[in-house]
Amino acid sequence: MKRVVTGNYAAAFAAMRARVNVVAAFPITPQTFIVEHISEFVNDGIMDCEFIRVESEHSAMSATVSASATGARAFTATASQGLALMHEILFTASGMRLPIVMPVVNRTLAAPIGIWAEMNDVMPERDAGWILAFVEDNQEVHDMVLQAYRIAEDNRVLLPMMVNLDAFILSHTVEPVDLMEPEDADRFLPSYKPEHAYLDPERPMGVGIFTPPEYIQEERYQTHAAMEGSKQVIKEVNDEFAKMFGRDYGGLVEEYRMDDAEVALLTLGTVTSTAREVVDNLRAEGKKVGLVKVRFLRPYPTDEIRSVASRVKAIGIYDRAISYGVGGPAYIEARSALYGHTDIPISNYLAGIGGRDVMLSDIEFMFNDLLKNAESGKVRKELVWINTRGVEQ
Amino acid sequence: MSYLDEIPITPIADKPSTANRTGTWRTFRPIIEYEKCTRCMICWKFCPDVAITLENGGEYEATNDKIKQMVDKAPVIDYVHCKGCGICANECPVNAIQMVKEG
Repeated sequence: MKRVVTGNYAAAFAAMRARVNVVAAFPITPQTFIVEHISEFVNDGIMDCEFIRVESEHSAMSATVSASATGARAFTATASQGLALMHEILFTASGMRLPIVMPVVNRTLAAPIGIWAEMNDVMPERDAGWILAFVEDNQEVHDMVLQAYRIAEDNRVLLPMMVNLDAFILSHTVEPVDLMEPEDADRFLPSYKPEHAYLDPERPMGVGIFTPPEYIQEERYQTHAAMEGSKQVIKEVNDEFAKMFGRDYGGLVEEYRMDDAEVALLTLGTVTSTAREVVDNLRAEGKKVGLVKVRFLRPYPTDEIRSVASRVKAIGIYDRAISYGVGGPAYIEARSALYGHTDIPISNYLAGIGGRDVMLSDIEFMFNDLLKNAESGKVRKELVWINTRGVEQ
Repeated sequence: MSYLDEIPITPIADKPSTANRTGTWRTFRPIIEYEKCTRCMICWKFCPDVAITLENGGEYEATNDKIKQMVDKAPVIDYVHCKGCGICANECPVNAIQMVKEG
């Protein structure tokens, strides 16, 4: 059923199709409509779930953790300051190995306060033990919420997962989305039957317990191994979804016109769509440019990025956030994966900070800069602030 | 078989936390003077460790059955779990709980 809907509606609809049992959420711009739509579905009697109105995001995540620990399929959504307020409990969710799914509408984290697209809210959570997916359009929002439960609940994974979508560019913008029929969703995503630790009054137990040094190191190892193992599951789920519904997102990364590319730009989120157009335009001019859409920052697609670097002469990484004193977080991740595996120039392009529009000309600049780096074999400028007043780019 | 195959994926305690005898941490012991106690249940409500239970033993005139059911119960301290924090003594509106140093 094709409908013209916002990214927030697509997320809420997918949660309904996933037949989530518990939603505990607190409104925050630009996420609010996700939980408002869910409350409407519940009110209209078309969604059967326990909807818990909590007093903060800290409580939202706490209630979601508790619900998931009883074996319920649990859902919440947040953005920006709300995600920061959840920070403490995010580690509880991953440490207790709970397959919670949470769309995060990436928005500026204050100060200065802003409500537009920026990824500085999710980047500090890279170490929280959550799988981090980044999506490009509203169809992918819908599809990834459904895929997220399959990935998170897989016995080889059992980790929580965030589906990151750009504020307003997706959350409040309508696009045609193929909304899944309930029987198709049920076929793809059966109900959740936890086989690991879960709370049951018949079998009292403590989870997330006080754990001494004799045990905690192996616990950390297991969580790391599960995150590494999720790479395989992400690919399998992607392939199965593609087979069933004809939409293939490529797994951990999607390459676009990379066949004979001399330079590659790595993107995250909605900028990917703009970059596709720029690649087409530059290809028409005979420039051998290609695009790699990085779909996951956790687990990091290390092998895929190394493979890209082995095929090109220069690589650039787009970021919509800055880690002060270093550079963009996606750049830090890519450079870390590539260390010792390549000698090609690697550069970082910061654009769209605080929700500023990223124009075709901005991305054209990035590709032309990469082509120059490829020719000289040197990095002209490591960290390039695109379209920033008073700063030479 | 590796050690990792034998352990759960997240640490689990097979007993609830009531198995922890936290009463051994106590320095001061709360003692309820039942002559003064009005069965208001404030201590029961405030105890952060759920170490005050309500047990039969009240002798109050009640105006209706629901209240009678409640006031028929008196607060009793579970010394196996009470850590002696003194919140009950602090909150008691009629000073019916004394904190006495453990011997």
